[in-house]
Amino acid sequence: MIQLKDVCKTYDNGTCALQGVSFTIEDGEFVFLVGPSGSGKSTIIKLLTGEVIPTKGVVMINGISMTHISERKLPYMRRATGVIFQDFRLIPGRTVYDNLALAMHVVGSSRREIQNRIPYVLDLVGLSGKERRYPDELSGGEQQRVAIARALVNNPGTIVADEPTGNLDPIRSLEIMTLLERINALGTTVVVVTHERGLVNQFDKRVIMIESGVLAGDGMGTYEVKG
Amino acid sequence: MKHNFTYFIREGIRNMFSHGFMSFAAVGITVACLLIMGTFSLVAYNANENLKDLQRENAILAFVDESLTDAEAKALGAKLSSLSNVAECTFVSRQEARDNYVSQYDEDDLYADLDAGIFRHRYVIHLTDMERMGATVAAIRQVEGVAKVRADEDISNGFMTVRNIAGVISVALIAVLLVVSVFIISNTIKLTTFDRKDEIAIMKMVGATDAFIRWPFVFEGLLLGLISALVSFGLQWLLYRAIAQGISMSDTLQILRVVSFEQIYRPVAAAFMAVGVGVGVGGSLMAIRRFLRV
Repeated sequence: MIQLKDVCKTYDNGTCALQGVSFTIEDGEFVFLVGPSGSGKSTIIKLLTGEVIPTKGVVMINGISMTHISERKLPYMRRATGVIFQDFRLIPGRTVYDNLALAMHVVGSSRREIQNRIPYVLDLVGLSGKERRYPDELSGGEQQRVAIARALVNNPGTIVADEPTGNLDPIRSLEIMTLLERINALGTTVVVVTHERGLVNQFDKRVIMIESGVLAGDGMGTYEVKG
Repeated sequence: MKHNFTYFIREGIRNMFSHGFMSFAAVGITVACLLIMGTFSLVAYNANENLKDLQRENAILAFVDESLTDAEAKALGAKLSSLSNVAECTFVSRQEARDNYVSQYDEDDLYADLDAGIFRHRYVIHLTDMERMGATVAAIRQVEGVAKVRADEDISNGFMTVRNIAGVISVALIAVLLVVSVFIISNTIKLTTFDRKDEIAIMKMVGATDAFIRWPFVFEGLLLGLISALVSFGLQWLLYRAIAQGISMSDTLQILRVVSFEQIYRPVAAAFMAVGVGVGVGGSLMAIRRFLRV
């Protein structure tokens, strides 16, 4: 479960990214976190991954406060959340298999576990047979699938996707979103940060809207632009 | 964590080869540093060994005043032995001195009739510390009953100067070259780390601990240090043997005793390994520190 309680974040340069934001995401939910550029969506992602800590308020993941977490415990918390980025962030010099294996090595998986798990995850994201390909040999959609596979490979409870379709055409975007929906159906909590209204409106999911750092809406249905 | 260590070693080797030229440069410079350090240390060691030999061989002769009776001359031994820095004091009578002389020089029985009376009773004195030879000689001269003292101070001073200079230079060089080596290896690894900063950020994002990220770099430094130590040890061996051979064949330098490398290769190898590994690991730890703050 993800909980934000009255969260404020002001950066060192004085930029106030979030003001009093509160919401709860239950286990197994699929949530769109929407809002225009600069609204504070990325700050929420950074709060969830422990990259930044709130100036005020509390960020809880599975009952553990990310606000007071020690540097030593942070890596272990990050393992509970798979993160997907707009620019994929794959390691170019490593094959698809090695990109995924790295994430498993990080958590101390054995070679046998890695050999068993990676084919399963690649099959899940529709990339079977592409284990030996390098990222630059794949299309943008395929690279994003590898990123999703990497986020999934350690079986995290939550997946946070930061503009996962930002670099993809509408058809590939829909494919990726459908894939995330399928992953959610398997029990993983999915939080998708996006500003693509058209895409959000194709799915009947909960939408949390952030505007100018404040919570502007939270409900099931469509992403409406105010004003 | 066993599987992780295999992974760390594999990654360390991979890092090393992925920046082949820089690794080669780091090994080359570390080898040069180790070789210079090793050579000066071995010069200092050999100078010290020669000095010890000299200390053993180069005795001071204290001639006894002729006016003293045999008993008085023998009694002088206690006074000389009690002087500070005197390690050993042996009485040599006129007759013994005469016999030694004759056995040394009388090839044609020329000195067969040499009278022992022309020789003086004497003491052969060995010192504890050659550096205090001047002061000890002066103290021996002050002893009543000692007529004359003969000591080869120039030779021992020469050896001590060589030993001291080599010692100071080697300590200074070791310090400077250690810093240089650490800096070079650190920069090499910093370069590989910089090249991989995105990868490190990704690793942190998927939950890698600092230790997990650090280990491959530590292994890389360790490997670079070990390779440097092995190469420089081999080169040091060859260089040492060449120098030793040169000295033994030289007309003027052959009086010097060069300790054979076979006698000292173990401590030399241990020192090279320790310095190589220390420099490698130290350099990599220095390099990685900055990049872990992601």
